[in-house]
Amino acid sequence: MASRKHLYNPGAILKGLSITFGFMFRKRPTIEYPSRKKQHSPRFHGLHELRRYADGKERCIGCELCSSVCPANAITVIGAENSPDDRRSPGERYAARYEIDELRCIFCGMCEEACPTDAIVLTPRFEMADYRRGSFIYDKDRLLVPPDAGVGMPPDDRPGGIPGDLGRVAEIKSTTDIDSGYGATWRGEILKNQHEGLAILKNPEADK
Amino acid sequence: MIAFWVLAAILIASAVWTIAAKKPVYSVVALLLNFATLAVLYVTLSAEFLAVIQIIVYSGAILVLFVFVIALLGSGVAPFPTGPNRLPKIWLPAGIFTLAAFGFLIYAVSTVKMAAAPATGAVGNADVFGSVADFGKALFTVQLLPFEATGLVLMVAVIGVITLGGEQMSDAEAQQSRMRADRAVREAILREGKG
Amino acid sequence: MPLWLEVLIKSVILLFVVVTSFAYAMLAERKILGWMQLRPGPNRVGPWGLLQPAADAAKLILKEDLMPETADPLLYKLAPFISLLTAFGVYAIIPFGASASGQTWAIGNVNAGILLILAIGSLGVYGICLGGWASGSKYPLLGSVRSTAQMISYELAMSLSFVGVLVLAGTTSLDGIVNAQARWWFVLPQFVGCIIYVITAVAETNRAPFDLVEAETELVAGFHTEYSGLRFGLFFIAEYVNMLTVSCIATLLFFGGWNAPLHLTFIPGVAWFVIKVVCFMFFYMWLRATLPRLRYDRLMAFGWKVLLPLATLNLVVTAVVVAYTG
Ligand code: SF4
Ligand code: SF4
Repeated sequence: MASRKHLYNPGAILKGLSITFGFMFRKRPTIEYPSRKKQHSPRFHGLHELRRYADGKERCIGCELCSSVCPANAITVIGAENSPDDRRSPGERYAARYEIDELRCIFCGMCEEACPTDAIVLTPRFEMADYRRGSFIYDKDRLLVPPDAGVGMPPDDRPGGIPGDLGRVAEIKSTTDIDSGYGATWRGEILKNQHEGLAILKNPEADK
Repeated sequence: MIAFWVLAAILIASAVWTIAAKKPVYSVVALLLNFATLAVLYVTLSAEFLAVIQIIVYSGAILVLFVFVIALLGSGVAPFPTGPNRLPKIWLPAGIFTLAAFGFLIYAVSTVKMAAAPATGAVGNADVFGSVADFGKALFTVQLLPFEATGLVLMVAVIGVITLGGEQMSDAEAQQSRMRADRAVREAILREGKG
Repeated sequence: MPLWLEVLIKSVILLFVVVTSFAYAMLAERKILGWMQLRPGPNRVGPWGLLQPAADAAKLILKEDLMPETADPLLYKLAPFISLLTAFGVYAIIPFGASASGQTWAIGNVNAGILLILAIGSLGVYGICLGGWASGSKYPLLGSVRSTAQMISYELAMSLSFVGVLVLAGTTSLDGIVNAQARWWFVLPQFVGCIIYVITAVAETNRAPFDLVEAETELVAGFHTEYSGLRFGLFFIAEYVNMLTVSCIATLLFFGGWNAPLHLTFIPGVAWFVIKVVCFMFFYMWLRATLPRLRYDRLMAFGWKVLLPLATLNLVVTAVVVAYTG
């Protein structure tokens, strides 16, 4: 009978009306997304990025730790030996192929935790929407930061060298400038690389 | 006069459509057209109140109930079983009867002296023939007896409907009678066991 | 000027006014609902979203007009037009104001005006129930069956709430009723009637909390589930125009029409009329943002067991009082 009490109770209806009327003048918490974006914490788990040292060498040493720790089996790493005349990374090995399927990824950040060289990190970028499933497989072309965007001291040149800034993740977490908002996404570059990415998908041999 | 003939044609056509339509919903639509045309005809006869009431009562209420029932029944279901086609046997007597009735009607209309048309003002004015005031006055003075008699007939119909369809018990009563029936069954079983 | 030309010109102007007010009523509703739910509402098209109705119209016109295979083609196509026709037809006799010489601003002035409005309004249900039936699928059918029952139940109480006003005014013509309110608005002597009218009007226009005909949570979209594109748009227009109509009628019958309150006559009557109608429209939107939908049996019980007896009682009391006081 409680409901009948409310149905035939004008007082309750008037109270409800007054509440909704009051809400009309409250401050609205809406963030009007495309034109204004929420500032995420720098530790937000978004799109991955493969990082470099300040001298432009790749941090990734192709150890596949990230790939084995990933709970979603989203990472594929195929390592290769560095040759003396073309050193990609300070260690013995580097990642010849490095792919993350962002549709499988659950953005848990385990890869970031597992990486011995802080090579793979999750940035706060989150605008990844696309039209094709294939476009969500990010390869090195799209994950690797540009050569001049490296940070951190490169380690000694000895094999298996330890990076000088290991552990200071917060400092080197991301190359994204947080204060300028996330307008500076990699979207443009990602689109540029998409054709190549798709071509590689279709013909994996071409990537060798 | 042209208006009358056009309206009459629409009226008859829609009436034929009503009984000839294959789907019951189309019958209703045809009947709706019929009622609306009839209302317009009333207006041309300067009976504006009658026209409006025609729409409110027949089109707006009664016909809506028809739609309600038809929609509930579904389009494929015939509301009642149709027997064998009886047209071959009865078309002759039915035709003769209809023609006779029509003939009588035409004879009556052409011979009976009509009362002089009452003074009318412009349709839509208050207090002229057919206006709300005129209608009300007629209903509660000269025509009071027929009006009340009609009311009585309708009341009888309503009471009949309630007695026919409304044999309903309250929840408590229903529960009591269920319990009584249960007990009777249990006692019968017990008696069987004893005997 | 010949009569037909005058009527034509008036009709075109009125059509334009009503369609424009429909467009902005829709925008206002979305805005107000948004504000009451702490959202900004549509604000992308034009400044403050003012061009949103145009964008919506363009979208609806360009969309594909779908028809289910099981539908009844003729009635399916006809139904939205019935709705629209009855919704707009009422405006032929609604007066919006009066010039100083007592000439009313209306396309036609009918003596039985209020009854004619009832008559045309009672035909509106055909669009809904035929459309629902002709869609040939279950949700529209359920919606249309509900609408039929709901409309019939609430129309009774609505008509009875009119009669109280008619008894007080002693006339059925709309401008007569408004003129009778020159001293007192009928909302004072007919307070109960006014409340009943406002409630039944919400039910008659199938709006929340009486929108069981659409009932998104149970019936997808009710009677217009299968409609798309422009035909859906026509139903949509009809709903808002009906809302506008009931607001106009409430203004005319209970709130003095174009009579100015407190002798504030420096504002013209038409403006007062518009202000009152806008207040009513706001009230309906406000109700929609506030009240949850009624359960179906409660809706019926409320209509038959509360509103109808109350309206009858109101009528009897009014009649007795008028008979004794003259
Ligand atoms: S964030 Fe988690 S799920 Fe995603 S790639 Fe890294 S380890 Fe795998
Ligand atoms: S990203 Fe890190 S963990 Fe993964 S393969 Fe490269 S170095 Fe190893």
